[in-house]
This record gives sequence, structure tokens and C-alpha cells, in this order.
Amino acid sequence: MSSRLKDAAHLIPLVLVVLAGVAVFLLFRQVLVPKTFGQYGHYRAAALDDIRVRPVSFAGQATCAMCHDEVATTRSKGKHRGVSCEACHGPLAKHADDPAAMKPKKLAGTGLCQGCHKADKAKPAYFPQVVPAEHSGGAECLSCHQPHSPQMQ
Amino acid sequence: MEINRRKFLILTTSIAAMTSSGEPSATSSPGAYDVHAHWWGMTIDIDKCIGCGNCVRACAVENSVPEGFYRTWIERYEVPPGEDATPVVASPDGGIHGFPPMQGADAKRFFVPKLCNQCAMSPCVQVCPVGATFVSPDGVVLVDEKYCLGCRYCVQACPYGCRYIHPVKKTVDKCTLCYHRITQGLTTACCEACPTGARQLADLKNPSDPVHEFLRNNKIQVLKPQMATRSKTFYRALDGAVR
Ligand code: HEC
Ligand code: HEC
Ligand code: HEC
Ligand code: HEC
Repeated sequence: MSSRLKDAAHLIPLVLVVLAGVAVFLLFRQVLVPKTFGQYGHYRAAALDDIRVRPVSFAGQATCAMCHDEVATTRSKGKHRGVSCEACHGPLAKHADDPAAMKPKKLAGTGLCQGCHKADKAKPAYFPQVVPAEHSGGAECLSCHQPHSPQMQ
Repeated sequence: MEINRRKFLILTTSIAAMTSSGEPSATSSPGAYDVHAHWWGMTIDIDKCIGCGNCVRACAVENSVPEGFYRTWIERYEVPPGEDATPVVASPDGGIHGFPPMQGADAKRFFVPKLCNQCAMSPCVQVCPVGATFVSPDGVVLVDEKYCLGCRYCVQACPYGCRYIHPVKKTVDKCTLCYHRITQGLTTACCEACPTGARQLADLKNPSDPVHEFLRNNKIQVLKPQMATRSKTFYRALDGAVR
């Protein structure tokens, strides 16, 4: 037994060198690979957190309704019930966070309305469309329609 | 120089202890959101889309998408009659300003909103050499900007043309399905702004999500099913002319 060990003695430095190499590799790997790499898969799990903290521009209509419940109620009874506040008013998260800090712009109706309702053969037939010149002779849409409850009684 | 089995084992286990990763990530820190409890996708109803461009504009604002690039865009198809007719596809500025109206009933016309299909077996993820793009545990294909080299392999690999190199950051950029919104209970910016409900965010792991009824009650197709990417953007009333 001991003579066999003696025969293999010349291999020990070699083994040590290999082990040292492995240790250095593992050390570098430990320093260079981010902590969360591999937690969920072959990527840095902390990237999810980086993405999650990006700022929000659209508050969502549930938020608008908390303060503007009157408008929300009016809208919910009309044909624009499915159209969210910010689909027309644009992104207003800053306003919802602090109404005094950012006052929404006043909307001009006609251009806005036509963006959705101008007649176009590529639009699905169910969608109510008008040719503005024929429909109102170019008059402001809001002179007849209410934006939050648009259909005529 | 004595290195017996015992010393060897002690040495190797201490190296293993040194290299095992530290504490788990703080993925749950901003709010209580369980990444394993969701599986996100989207449904798009072609019959409802009016091509208003609200989604493209909303996406651009919400995600600071640089001008001339699109994370979501709308294509208008015009399919003339005849079995070998070539469809005419238009997408002026991604549809961000809407579309000029068309007249005449001589062709089949419709709008197709497009975005990242959030594939469960995505070719873009497979080609990334550094693990910078990945499918999150809740099914969203995301990009780690700190890891992306900007090598463009994924831009080429995406069968749907959904990726671009950000002109300033020089890393790849794409739809995140508004990951920062959906993980706090909001819908995506495009869905929030869609007036007709043509686009709907879907959580396929939530048994009470209307998506299940939508998939059961309608004829559904995904884009390029032959690519076997397991796309999770489900189209209703998708015409065969759409590529
Ligand atoms: C925290 C309560 C609050 C929330 C949330 C809120 N608002 Fe307001 N909003 C106000 C107040 C208060 C004013 C009046 C500000 C003023 O007159 O200076 C106002 C004014 C407005 C106006 C302008 C009215 C005018 O006279 O021109 C619009 C439009 C509006 N809000 C839309 C929205 C929308 C859309 C949302 C959802 C994103 C929203 N608001 C969320 C409190 C709120
Ligand atoms: C179809 C587009 C549209 C939608 C949807 C819409 N608005 Fe408006 N809103 C307008 C327009 C246009 C005006 C300007 C009216 C005017 O100048 O007479 C306006 C005005 C307002 C005003 C100020 C004047 C007023 O009438 O009280 C508030 C506040 C307001 N909107 C809040 C909301 C909220 C909250 C929602 C969601 C519940 C909403 N809007 C949804 C188009 C819309
Ligand atoms: C963001 C898109 C959008 C904008 C902007 C918009 N609408 Fe609408 N409008 C809709 C949708 C969606 C419906 C509901 C269609 C349906 O019946 O499913 C609707 C319904 C209507 C209807 C009822 C049609 C009917 O079937 O009786 C009228 C009238 C109308 N809108 C007028 C307006 C006016 C006036 C404006 C400008 C203040 C406006 N809309 C702005 C999307 C829009
Ligand atoms: C002179 C008043 C007046 C003006 C201005 C006006 N409308 Fe109307 N609108 C009506 C009346 C009345 C109806 C209901 C009768 C009808 O269906 O034609 C109507 C109906 C509609 C409908 C529903 C049509 C349908 O097929 O169900 C839409 C959409 C509409 N208007 C959009 C607009 C838009 C957009 C504008 C601005 C370009 C506008 N209207 C300007 C009076 C007006």
C-alpha cells in the first residue's frame, strides 16, 4: 500500500496545480457572476426588479374615477362607457398623483372625435362612423355632443 | 505533503460553500407580487380594431419609445378580390397618427395591431449569448439592459420583427408587456388606451380571467404558428393574408 502511494507521489504537485486552477476559476466566477444569476434561469433575476421600478404614465381609469366620480357615472351610462378616461385625455398619472401640480389640458373635441369616428372603409362596420362634412357641415362636434355621454337623446 | 481523503473533502466542500450563491434576490420587494402565480399574454380581436393609433401613442409615452421605433404598431391590410390577390399592407409611422380614411367596398380591409408575441419558446431567447433576454417566470420576454451587448442576434431571430436597437442606449429594446404596470395590478398602456377593447391583457394562470372564455368561444389563431414559438398573443378573426 505505502509503496504504491510512493509511486504516485510525483502526481501530487500536478493535482495541486489543477485544484488551484479550479479554485481560482471558482473564485473569479463567484466575483463576476451576479448573485441572482440562475435563480430563475439563465439570466439575472434582479433584472425583473430593474424593470418593475420604471415609472408609470397612465394612471388607469379606476384611479380617475376615485376623484371624478361624477364624470365616471355620466360616462358609465353612455356609449363611451368602454372608452377609458386616458384614451381621450392622454396620460395623466402626474395629475392623479397631485392634481394641483399638473392640470390637464383642455381638450378640443373635433379633432379628437374624428380620430376615432371619421368614416373609413377599413374600420369594422359595427363601429359608428360619420363623414364630418356631411354629418355636421364642419361644425364643432361638442356643439351638439357631450364627450362623456355622446349619444343624442 | 500529505493530502488525505479527509483534507480533500474539507477543501472541496469549503470551495463549494464559497461559490454557492448568496441570499435570494429581492424580486418580491416592490409590493407583494408572486412571479410564479401569473402567466401573461394578450388577446387581440381584429373585428374590434378601428386603427385609431391610441395604443401606439400610449406605448410610446409610457415606455419612452424613441421616435421612429415601435414596440407596438398597427398594420392596415387591403386584400383585393381574387384567389391569388396580393394583400397591400400599410403602416405609416406604425399607425401612430392613425390612418388616412379609405373609400370603396372593392376590397377586404382590416387593421392588425402587432407587438411582441411573448412566446413561451422564443427564438430570441435561444440565440442570446449572454442571458440578457429571457422568459420571466410569469411568461414575459424581457431584456436585461445591463447585460445586453447589443449584438443583434435576437433582432434577427425574432420572426415577428418586434425588436430594435435603442439608438441611444445601444442595447436591444422591445415590448415588456408593460411589466412595470402589470406587476402592480394595472393593465398595459396599450390596453388602457384602446377604446374598443380590441386588445386585452390576459393572465392565463388566473382561472377567473375572461381570456379563458375568449379562447373557448372564438376561433383563435396566433401569428406564424408554423414557427412553433408558442406565442401567447392570441388573435381572433385573423385573416390568412396576415403574415
Ligand atoms: C386625487 C384626485 C384626482 C385624481 C385621482 C384625478 N383628478 Fe382630475 N382633477 C382633480 C382636481 C382637484 C381637478 C381640478 C384642478 C384644478 O381645477 O386646478 C382636476 C381636474 C381635471 C381635469 C380638468 C378639468 C378642467 O376644468 O379643465 C381633467 C380633464 C381631469 N382632472 C381628468 C382626470 C383624469 C383623466 C384622471 C385619471 C388619470 C384624473 N383626472 C385623476 C382631481 C383628481
Ligand atoms: C371620448 C373622449 C373622452 C373620454 C372617454 C373622457 N373624456 Fe373627459 N373630456 C373630454 C372632452 C372632449 C372634454 C372637454 C369638454 C369641454 O370642453 O366641454 C372633457 C372634459 C373633462 C373634464 C372637465 C370638464 C367636465 O366636463 O367636467 C373632466 C374633469 C374630465 N373630462 C374627466 C374625465 C374622466 C374622469 C373620464 C373617465 C371617467 C373622462 N373624462 C373620459 C373627452 C373625454
Ligand atoms: C378613443 C376613441 C373615441 C373617441 C376619441 C371618441 N369616441 Fe365616440 N365612441 C367610441 C366608441 C368605442 C364608441 C362605442 C361604439 C360602440 O357602440 O361599440 C363610441 C360611441 C359614440 C357615439 C354613439 C354612437 C351610437 O352608436 O349611438 C357617439 C355619438 C360618439 N361616440 C361621439 C363622439 C364624439 C362627439 C367624440 C368627441 C368628443 C367622440 N365620440 C370621441 C370611441 C371614441
Ligand atoms: C349639429 C349637431 C351635431 C354636430 C355638430 C355633430 N353631430 Fe354627431 N350626431 C348628431 C345627431 C342629431 C346624431 C344622431 C342622429 C344620427 O344618428 O344621425 C348624431 C350622431 C352621431 C354619431 C352616431 C352615428 C351612428 O351611426 O350611430 C356619431 C359617431 C357622431 N354623431 C359623431 C360626431 C362627430 C365626430 C362630430 C364632429 C365632427 C359630430 N358628430 C358633430 C348631431 C351632431
